[in-house]
Amino acid sequence: MKHLMKSLALGATLLATATGAFAQAKEQFFPLLAYRTGAYAPNGTPWANGKQDYLKMINARDGGINGVKITFEECETGYATDKGVECYERLKTRPGVTLFEPQATGITFALTDKVPTDKIPLLTVGYGLAASQDGGVFKWNFPLMGSYWTAADMLIQQIGKKEGGLDKLKGKKIALVYHDSPFGKEPIPLLEERAKMHGFELTKIPVTAPGVEQKSAWLQVRQAKPDYVLLWGWGIMNATALKEAQATGYPREKMYGVWWAGAEPDVKDVGEGAKGYNALNLNTSGQTPKVIQDILKYVHDKGQGTGPKDEVGTVLYTRGVIIQMLGVEAVRRAQERFGKGKVMTGEQVRWGLENLALDQKKLDSLGFSGVMRPLSTSCQDHMGSTWARVHTWDGSKWSFTSDWLQADEQIIKPMVKAAADKYATEKKLTRRTPADCQS
Amino acid sequence: MLYRENGQFKSTYRSDQQIFPILQDRIAIALLLIAAFVVIPLIASPYLLTAIFIPFLILALAALGLNILVGYCGQISLGTGAFMAVGAYAAYNLQTRIDGMPMIVSLLFGGIVSTVIGVLFGVPSLRIKGLYLAVATLAAQFFVDWACLRLGWVTNGSSSGSVSVAGLNVFGLPIESPVQKYLFALIFLAVFALLAKNLVRGAIGREWMAIRDMDVAAAVIGIRPVYAKLTAFAVSSFIVGVAGGLWGFIHLGSWEPAAFNIDRSFQLLFMVIIGGLGSIMGSFFGAAFIVVLPIILDGLPYWFGIPIDTATASHLTFMIFGALIVFFLIVEPHGIARLWSTAKEKLRLWPFPH
Amino acid sequence: MGFFLETLFGGLMVGMLYSLIALGFVLIYKASGVFNFAQGAMVLFAAMAMARFYEWIPKWIGFDNKILANVLAFAAAALVMVMVAWVIERLVLRHLVNQEHITLLMATLGITYFLEGFGQTLFGSGIYKIDVGMPKDPVLILESAFQGGVLINKEDLYAAVVAAVLVALLALFFQKTATGRALRAVADDHQAAQSIGIPLGRIWIIVWSVAGVVALVAGIIWGSKLGVQFSLSLVALKALPVVILGGLTSVPGAIIGGLIIGVGEKLSEIYIGPMLGGGIEIWFAYVLALFFLLVRPQGLFGEKIIDRV
Repeated sequence: MKHLMKSLALGATLLATATGAFAQAKEQFFPLLAYRTGAYAPNGTPWANGKQDYLKMINARDGGINGVKITFEECETGYATDKGVECYERLKTRPGVTLFEPQATGITFALTDKVPTDKIPLLTVGYGLAASQDGGVFKWNFPLMGSYWTAADMLIQQIGKKEGGLDKLKGKKIALVYHDSPFGKEPIPLLEERAKMHGFELTKIPVTAPGVEQKSAWLQVRQAKPDYVLLWGWGIMNATALKEAQATGYPREKMYGVWWAGAEPDVKDVGEGAKGYNALNLNTSGQTPKVIQDILKYVHDKGQGTGPKDEVGTVLYTRGVIIQMLGVEAVRRAQERFGKGKVMTGEQVRWGLENLALDQKKLDSLGFSGVMRPLSTSCQDHMGSTWARVHTWDGSKWSFTSDWLQADEQIIKPMVKAAADKYATEKKLTRRTPADCQS
Repeated sequence: MLYRENGQFKSTYRSDQQIFPILQDRIAIALLLIAAFVVIPLIASPYLLTAIFIPFLILALAALGLNILVGYCGQISLGTGAFMAVGAYAAYNLQTRIDGMPMIVSLLFGGIVSTVIGVLFGVPSLRIKGLYLAVATLAAQFFVDWACLRLGWVTNGSSSGSVSVAGLNVFGLPIESPVQKYLFALIFLAVFALLAKNLVRGAIGREWMAIRDMDVAAAVIGIRPVYAKLTAFAVSSFIVGVAGGLWGFIHLGSWEPAAFNIDRSFQLLFMVIIGGLGSIMGSFFGAAFIVVLPIILDGLPYWFGIPIDTATASHLTFMIFGALIVFFLIVEPHGIARLWSTAKEKLRLWPFPH
Repeated sequence: MGFFLETLFGGLMVGMLYSLIALGFVLIYKASGVFNFAQGAMVLFAAMAMARFYEWIPKWIGFDNKILANVLAFAAAALVMVMVAWVIERLVLRHLVNQEHITLLMATLGITYFLEGFGQTLFGSGIYKIDVGMPKDPVLILESAFQGGVLINKEDLYAAVVAAVLVALLALFFQKTATGRALRAVADDHQAAQSIGIPLGRIWIIVWSVAGVVALVAGIIWGSKLGVQFSLSLVALKALPVVILGGLTSVPGAIIGGLIIGVGEKLSEIYIGPMLGGGIEIWFAYVLALFFLLVRPQGLFGEKIIDRV
């Protein structure tokens, strides 16, 4: 008991002094939830490094956002929901807090319920709740650039293209090897919808998290002999899946992974064994884009790099850079309306996220030409862009093997609306009014 | 000097058998209850309440349940997380499927379903003992993990496997703010702690302890092992199930099966061992230790201004946590409760040496 | 039928790999009466040591031969495991003599946390490669008898052979050498062994070192299969049913238990799994072990638990 009281008193005083020192919000604070430990660290670390390096670069190169300096603090979540919630609770009271980007679908689900009360936007680029694309219900969620439904849709389109037309999919078998968690299960409704539409058979093969031992899953694949396998894994599950695919002789060319299953940590160790494996990618990789060059110049050359230099420009690192750029641009956009050079509140940043207009010219000026496609959000559409490409591993590097694919909104929009409506009824929320959209 | 019982004579059996026979103890508990119910809600920041006190209360409740099974009845169980999950999902199902169901009823229902499952998985304890039983209870853990992910009716058809609750209230009083949640959890804990304490002081508690100490001898003198072991599993699972419901509803708000995985089971077992097996007080000490320690360890580098990256900080937390566990077990294998009772013994004599 | 054989062989081989990990548990329990929950963390630590030394030693000394790098890395990793064993015995076991099982279990859990954190601090938390030249591609046999042939995973096959050899070596060690006899004496009765002059502390160090080297071999094999990363320690959770099914004190029990669990797991996942939606193998293994225990509460080959009143 004494221990508890003493540590609580210490904690309370220190917390009070700490928050007291920051009472005036002079800087824009970015809480960075990340995981550098645990089973998902190999993929989480480059992502987190990309995010931090971009912020450091904006401070070094531009002096902040229109003069407002950026501060950040990383919090280790280990991909665990309760630690993510604890990090959120600790960091949400910091002055100048901008937005939260949890890097994990499980944490997203937990925070989705909390952000409307706390009025801090939740940025979930390429992951999270697929239904949160509907800004009419999910005022504070921003699944920019894609969700698992758009990803699954694009993969089916690509497979259809390979077969010579979506109608040729009739009678084929597609297996989904997925991480047995909300992340892995999210694409299933869309895949089932597409299976109904085109007449292919969907076999669902779950892999118990974290996906360490997958022999049975791949023996089942061998038994089912599907024409294609969709890989929906994260962390070590991807590399293990590819190794097991090699061990059971399943042709890697027939495997298509989601954009979280197609990065260097997943294939580097498998090397030649993963040759021919395809995956979606939201962005390019490599050290040529101007923004990456700037990061190398202003951050790494000055010895301030968060991670190793050869990690800069890898797939997940670049994605982290993009994610952070979207956050920074949202602040910049909010400043245009609410006051240039001032620190933006969560509500103002939310407006900024909802009114992003990153056309090709803007992307070029930011240094992102060729890295991603233009994006623009609106009150009803919190996704902004639904483009991705397929890249293939040739044994030593990734190279793009498809055109830009766009998710089919005809199929997805009604599903999103239905899911959002269901969520609204469950939580007793009402759809936003047009007046609310203008605020 | 302060802690002497001089002059405190009991004239009725009732007063002799009360939980706190010594006046100083009663005063201390009264002060503690005042601090818990009145002072803390007033002075604690919302962060302290949500990040430290509420998890502490709920996990103390769960540790209480586990202590009954492991500490009082001697059946090592590594599947506590599963029973928490059962309680949480059962409560969720009742709450969402039936409109207007009072939350307390849902939580208690969660406890009842957890009891049923607990007794089911407790049946092997009639034949299997010791470490074999410990590993066998992992069957419960992994089975429930799988069931919550796979069986659609458990999550009320949620496609992603993640569920959430909203609009919590008790007879119209909302349970939304940290203070309200804190008080709600505190009331549950206080009530259950009292019930548990009285159970273990009663006949059933003595039967449990007899089974723990020498189960063959206990059977010889007429204590039915089936009844004792299964009631231990039942009571323990009930309390753990209610704690699970509280954890999901009050603390997390939105959860997935991974919130109740094997790490949670280990965490609870740590609490019980560090706190003290076979002691109600011990559950509280253990819960406080395990809840507060990682947060302090995580925050230590920042408070001292030492800049280390989060990965190293996290690894250091693991290392120090593990080292402290081992250190504690070496120094006081019977847990903090033993340290506490030793301190009280010393206090009785103070300021005299003997 | 062909696929059934495939599943069967796959299960048998995976079972051997599980028993490799289970062996570590059994060794330590036999000799020091401690259920070493940290075995998974030891496998991880050993595998990380091996993977990293394989990378670093060529850089430090400056040569390029893969086989030499592997041999030196193995020696270095084995040395590290012996040091770990020494530290554990010194700092933990010595002070916890005669404590209850559950206290010792908790202590090993504490060691698990420590080793996991320490391993990641020393060696990093990325995915590391172990390359001992295991073949990665499968081989098809019996193509004449069954259409498409029966697929055998060559890597698993080699690993199973290594495991079998290791078990045979350990069995010889226990039966024929003086140290082996001393270990069996300690397992029987600590006090009696001490009273006839067997140095308890040294025996424990030897046992934990041997278990550490077994963990290293297991780590190399599993690491070569799955990649060396934090989640490797979770493979130990899959090996636990093997330990209790075979009996905590029996080395042949670990093998037989491993084979049973391996086959049971795979067959259940392939044939029963689809009916239940998949993903059942981990709890099925435990339930299978549970059923065996209901018949024989001390495991198939374990020592009968005798309660004296």
